[in-house]
Amino acid sequence: MRREEAKTLIDDMVRNEGAGRDRLLPLLHAVQDEAGYIDDALVPAIAAALNLSRADVHGVLTFYHDYRRKPAGRHIVKLCRAESCQARGGAAMEAAAAARLGVAMGETRGDGQVTLEPVYCLGLCAIGPNALVDGRPVARIDAAALDRIAIEVAA
Amino acid sequence: MTRVFISHDMASVALGADDVARDFVDTGCEVVRTGSRGLFSIEPLVEVETAEGRIGYGPVACGDVTRILDGTHPSRLGDVGALPFFAAQQRFTFARCGIVDPLSLADYAAHGGWTGLDIARAAEPQAVVDTVKASGLRGRGGAGFPTGIKWQTVLDAPGAPKYIVCNADEGDSGTFADRMLMEGDPYCLIEGMAIAAHAVGAIHGYIYIRSEYPFAIRTMREAIALSAGRIAPFVLEVRAGAGAYVCGEETALLDSIEGKRGQVRAKPPLPALSGLFGKPTVINNVLSLAAVPFILAEGAETYANVGFGRSRGTMPIQLAGNVKHGGLFEVGFGITLGELVNDIGGGTASGRPVRAVQVGGPLGAYFPPSMFDLPFDYEAFTAAGGLIGHAGITIFDDSVDMAHMARFAMEFCAVESCGKCTPCRIGSTRGVEIMDRIMDARGGISSMQERLAGPLGKALHSRSPDRIDVGIDAQTALLRDLCDTMKYGSLCALGGFTPYPVLSALDHFPEDFGAPAPVVEAAE
Repeated sequence: MRREEAKTLIDDMVRNEGAGRDRLLPLLHAVQDEAGYIDDALVPAIAAALNLSRADVHGVLTFYHDYRRKPAGRHIVKLCRAESCQARGGAAMEAAAAARLGVAMGETRGDGQVTLEPVYCLGLCAIGPNALVDGRPVARIDAAALDRIAIEVAA
Repeated sequence: MTRVFISHDMASVALGADDVARDFVDTGCEVVRTGSRGLFSIEPLVEVETAEGRIGYGPVACGDVTRILDGTHPSRLGDVGALPFFAAQQRFTFARCGIVDPLSLADYAAHGGWTGLDIARAAEPQAVVDTVKASGLRGRGGAGFPTGIKWQTVLDAPGAPKYIVCNADEGDSGTFADRMLMEGDPYCLIEGMAIAAHAVGAIHGYIYIRSEYPFAIRTMREAIALSAGRIAPFVLEVRAGAGAYVCGEETALLDSIEGKRGQVRAKPPLPALSGLFGKPTVINNVLSLAAVPFILAEGAETYANVGFGRSRGTMPIQLAGNVKHGGLFEVGFGITLGELVNDIGGGTASGRPVRAVQVGGPLGAYFPPSMFDLPFDYEAFTAAGGLIGHAGITIFDDSVDMAHMARFAMEFCAVESCGKCTPCRIGSTRGVEIMDRIMDARGGISSMQERLAGPLGKALHSRSPDRIDVGIDAQTALLRDLCDTMKYGSLCALGGFTPYPVLSALDHFPEDFGAPAPVVEAAE
């Protein structure tokens, strides 16, 4: 998404839903959904649209784990690290996923194909270890499931 | 045309329910997507409508369609509701979940929906608050505060507008009841919020749902749009979280809705008096609000007649982790931990012995099987040094390293701390360092590899080991001292309750911390 398109999106949202401070999180979600991340260069425009300081927007942007300030890979694999998945062998799968996908937890692979991120609970706690692959839930992750995910993210 | 029912719950989809549903559509069946019944060892579950009622098959896979439709599939379950797992439950809140089409207003009305709201709206607000008080309903989010008293405070509070906020930021590992209800019976939550709105005089409500629950967000938004006319003039809105666990704390959640960093507020003032946008606000968990339609429709007494001690009514308990028959089990308070884990859950999925269970999510205590006679009750758990929390039970087999789990509790607190108070912000990181030293000293399994890979690797080396006593005894004493500071000095439950898993692991499983194992009384 180009800068102009992002500004149009921001203007449209403010026009339709108001410029109250409580619109900040929905606005950041919308920008990220469109562009994949929230470019620091957009912070002044967001701040101006909601009549906030740039520092204020920066503070919110950096507080929440969901918001990215850099582009992610073409595919995003979120692997659960929480207790219930650990009870079902999640720690071993975490290491196996990093090895199989060729990227460390929290990083984007060199070729830009895949980002591997931790998530703390997807609410599928009796059928772990669990992951979200481009938003699609996958349960009972094992070596075979990792193979399928590796093929999927190669595309 | 044959009608079949297949769950669209996120857990069912994760197990392949979408592919199974597509198969049935391709063969010309009418497929109704429901919520989940709540037993995941039989998912994906298909229920076929027949003259004898719904006949369940599960777990099934793609390619099973023919054998299911001719009734010869080996995993035929018969009437799913008659399975022991379901027959033993008392489903007050989850009565419709898994049975109805979640977004069908006709289904909802046909299964007793809106009765509670109609009764409430025909009564004075004070009468509605009195009914909720009489039911003995306590906050299902974890704190167990009486819901009726909270509503009374908001009803009596001066100031307008007032707000109803639903806390659907279910971040605790081992819990999924909120998600299942929002995906499987969203109108139940909407009705509960509309009743709360009438009871305290609010016209605007928010449901704050964590972003990790995309299915619940979508279902709730659709349900709100479809039922807007039914609940008018009450207006509802979904707000999506952004991946901050601490926003499950009520004041952090309010700040997050207001567009701020999700930082905890100091109390007082209570949210009931000065909550969202500084106005009187009812903030309740999904399960508290979803229990209200039943209470209004069936009477406070019907609800209060079930339960144990001061814990009245039912609790949707979630069996999770390494469990054979995991899922949602709604039952009156008083059932013992052992019955839940061994009889209902069937022990571990791995077939190994149960070593520990964590009750109440990442901030809940670990209990050994020797404490399995503990009744499920707010007071009993508090007395045993733990908490019920959101009633998630995570089961671990004997391969678990409890020192590792204690370290993880501190690590999680460090990752998720909002940073406002020092005991939580700094204490959690110091806690990880202490656990690393203990695991090093006891000859930890892969602890070196773990800490170097961890995000806190650098911090570990901020103290030179030659200036401090890194022995197990000294570090364990330090850990207890740190936990004391966090427990009594933190602003909210994140820093304040992280000591529960840490100290319970240390107390019940000292052998994992390099200390001698507790003396077990010989069972001869």
